[in-house]
Amino acid sequence: MIMKKKNNSQFFAFVRKEFYHIFRDVRTMLVIIGIPVIQILLIGFAISTEVKNVEVAVYDPSNDEVTNRIINQMDASEYFNVTRRLKSANEADEVFKKGQTGLVVVFCEGFGERLYHTGDAAIQLLIDASDPNHGTTVSSYAGSVIAGYQQELLQETNVPVRINPEIRMLYNPEMRSAYNFVPGLMGMIFMLVCAMMTSVAIVREKESGTMEVLLVSPVKPIYVVISKLVPYFIISWVIFIIILLLSVFVLGVPISGSLVWLNIFALIFIIVALSLGLLISTVVKTQVAAILASGMGLIMPVMILSGYVFPIESMPPILQWISGIIPARWFVSGAKKLIIEGVPVRFVLKEMLILLGMAILIITVSLRNIKTRLE
Amino acid sequence: MLRYLIEKEFKQTFRNAFIPKMILAFPFMVLLVFPWATNQEIKNINVTVIDRDHSAWSKRLSEKIGASTYFNLAGYADSNDEGMITVEDGKADMLLDIPPDFEKNLVNRGETSIMISANAVNIMKGGLGSGYMNAIVQDFAGEIRAEIIPASGKTGLPLIQVIPQGRFNVFLDYKVFMIPALIVILMTLLCGFLPALNIVSEKEIGTIEQINVTPVRKFSFILGKLIPYWVIGLFVFTLTLGLSALIYGLVPQGNLLTIYLSVLVYITTVSGLGLLISNYSSTMQQAMFVIFFFLIIFILISGLFTPISSMPHWAQVFTYFNPLRYFIEIMRMTFLKGSGFMDIWRQLAALAACAFVLDGWALISYRKSH
Amino acid sequence: MIIKIDNLTKCFGDFTAVDHITFSVGKGEIFGFLGANGAGKTTAMRMFCGLSKPTSGEGRVAGYDIAKQPEMVKKNIGYMSQKFSLYEDLKVWENIRLFAGIYGLDGKQISRKTDITLKRIGLMNEKNTLVKELPLGWKQKLAFSVAIFHEPKIVFLDEPTGGVDPIARRQFWEMIYEAAEKGITVFVTTHYMDEAEYCNRVSIMVDGRIKVLDTPGRLKDRFHAKNMDEVFRQLAR
Repeated sequence: MIMKKKNNSQFFAFVRKEFYHIFRDVRTMLVIIGIPVIQILLIGFAISTEVKNVEVAVYDPSNDEVTNRIINQMDASEYFNVTRRLKSANEADEVFKKGQTGLVVVFCEGFGERLYHTGDAAIQLLIDASDPNHGTTVSSYAGSVIAGYQQELLQETNVPVRINPEIRMLYNPEMRSAYNFVPGLMGMIFMLVCAMMTSVAIVREKESGTMEVLLVSPVKPIYVVISKLVPYFIISWVIFIIILLLSVFVLGVPISGSLVWLNIFALIFIIVALSLGLLISTVVKTQVAAILASGMGLIMPVMILSGYVFPIESMPPILQWISGIIPARWFVSGAKKLIIEGVPVRFVLKEMLILLGMAILIITVSLRNIKTRLE
Repeated sequence: MLRYLIEKEFKQTFRNAFIPKMILAFPFMVLLVFPWATNQEIKNINVTVIDRDHSAWSKRLSEKIGASTYFNLAGYADSNDEGMITVEDGKADMLLDIPPDFEKNLVNRGETSIMISANAVNIMKGGLGSGYMNAIVQDFAGEIRAEIIPASGKTGLPLIQVIPQGRFNVFLDYKVFMIPALIVILMTLLCGFLPALNIVSEKEIGTIEQINVTPVRKFSFILGKLIPYWVIGLFVFTLTLGLSALIYGLVPQGNLLTIYLSVLVYITTVSGLGLLISNYSSTMQQAMFVIFFFLIIFILISGLFTPISSMPHWAQVFTYFNPLRYFIEIMRMTFLKGSGFMDIWRQLAALAACAFVLDGWALISYRKSH
Repeated sequence: MIIKIDNLTKCFGDFTAVDHITFSVGKGEIFGFLGANGAGKTTAMRMFCGLSKPTSGEGRVAGYDIAKQPEMVKKNIGYMSQKFSLYEDLKVWENIRLFAGIYGLDGKQISRKTDITLKRIGLMNEKNTLVKELPLGWKQKLAFSVAIFHEPKIVFLDEPTGGVDPIARRQFWEMIYEAAEKGITVFVTTHYMDEAEYCNRVSIMVDGRIKVLDTPGRLKDRFHAKNMDEVFRQLAR
């Protein structure tokens, strides 16, 4: 009993020591807090995939009332700014090469004439399709501006067979990109703090030989290891709360699911990330190796294969399969459901079980590694 | 003097167990895996149709959607709730709700409505998907119109023909769009951050002290550190050119000389940034985190996967200070559109300015004594 | 006088690491710079080598001002730090070639002198060995040879024999004597008091100040001590 108490106080002494280490390096601490905050701000307010202010060049040989009205309506829409008049249709490629123009509108000759008499008035929309998604969107917006004008023309004469679509954006009616990124951001930060920092911290003690000192102390080796993990566990959870608060109050992401389950889910993932850090620290010998292993082996995959920025379903099957062994993929998909879609917890049961399984597996392997190293 | 320093750097680099492998493996990974993973092409959108009309036309519309390249028909549902469950399960991305009397209303009143619901958690998918769906529905309306009023084209109605045509990436291949930009990321890691980690590791081991006590000029020392990475960078860049031509058939449309000139300016810029970080870091962990911090911000506001023109004005101002932005623009313009020197000189000048500031600052802040 | 230090001081914030030290060293002398850990030896030495700027005071090494012409100082000195600092992932001859090249020797000169040096210190067989594979004693011999390879006027040695056995230390001191005979001034810090006896003159630093400076013999007389160890104990109490 007394021994146990002593063990406990030593354990907390170790935890305290670890906290000192972390907080002494002010710059690293600032970066760890800074990354999520700045990312949230940039994602929330700076970057978006919405198409806006596309620069438009126009070739208008007929220059009549109709073409001028179409050009004016385009310029008036929030999507387009008409910035340039071309002297010939051949100039289009030259203009594109300069890089600013996203759309060239080419009217046929005698546009107004043809519209009312021969019925073959045509507008050619030349799109810079080097970014295919942006190009497609530009094309469909330009099409809808022209369709709007067409509707005006036809006000009196009703076109038969009209289907009026009502379009509804589920879960994200304002089409905010930020919604998409929050779960991935959490996943990446956890990997950074739990996996990378923990592995580097443990390996540094191995490199400098202080690990030996700790291990010869009367505390059980496993407590020494756990005491190194506890601070990162707490820091990660604090960061999780910070990201949640920022998302709700700064980005206005409504947390539609159960907060309790969201926390439980996040804690499971934090445990997975910590055990990955532990695993790396049992395998590598130097800090550089720990940094490279966690950077290339954990953080890079999280950024590109977890569904953080790039949707998994548009990847080829082999990459989808690889992404299945990345824990962050399951976290991102579960967190998206809980935070954004707000579905009941039974819908994330699969993700939760997979993460739990991964945690158990990784912990078992790393504990076995530690044991063999000590013996 | 410089010769000996460069010699040393090459020997150390190639003797390292890990770095030469990484230098070779990296381009392959970036070109074989990244373009597929970062592919934001919107295809295979799963649609659940809620058909409340069960008429010939409603069936025809559903089939038309299933037949398009963008959509897969995931199944039918009888009610909105039932449809929503397929979305929540992740089985469907969109719902098409066809109301009762769809066909009857079209015939009798000449108009009807439908509801398209898209899961907009992925806004790219939600936005483009609903756009495509609407286009198909309108196309369907046109077909029906042509059938019941065969001469609709020549009824004297003032109809405008719209002919969209994509330039430069006619097959709308997203990978082609990403590859030049991914090469930029590769060059950044290789020529910016490897030298930074290298210098900090000399600090940690203590060998830098032995160098500082020699009369070596700091300019020579820094050049001795950077030149090997420039050589490696140019080699890797050439490798990526070959790989992208071989695997994706993507050959730069622009002048190779212009491209290589830009690459040179860019690697001078990022290696300046790396040096700067190494000057202000004393441990590898610190350097790593600072690098990470800048890399994330620079990538987010570089236009890599979101257009800069969509950013608010204040954020666009920030991108003026982002060397990645300029190089990504140059690479995409020269690779895809064949822009020449006169088209990209502004971006190149901006890059050169970044290089001047970063390298100058790095040189001034590098101290042999304290 | 090849080293002339006058009231040299270095402060870090309000902590004075080196406190107004004044002394000089003659050409060809072996000068022992002693002191307990933390007495300010290394800080002082870093100033002499132009690695660290003095807060106040003056110093001339090899005729150059250490504050104003540190790069000229560096041209004329050799330096070996307590933290072994040759490149572990370079071979023996590659390390020599690198540092000799930095000091401006040309390629032919370097390869000729490399063989002579390696034969003299008995490392000819290890010419193509990576430095990290050498035992510590050999590494230190090599580091010393590298430090005097360009024939500097002065060589600064910061605890050069830390952690090696008495035989290796003995051999190391033989090399120091050889260098001194060639006219190279040797400035050495150590905390092995038996080594202090080998020096022509020693100074003992306590709390940033030089407490005494004289030949080992005269210091022993003055403190009625059998050996330098006792002298040191009396001063550094």
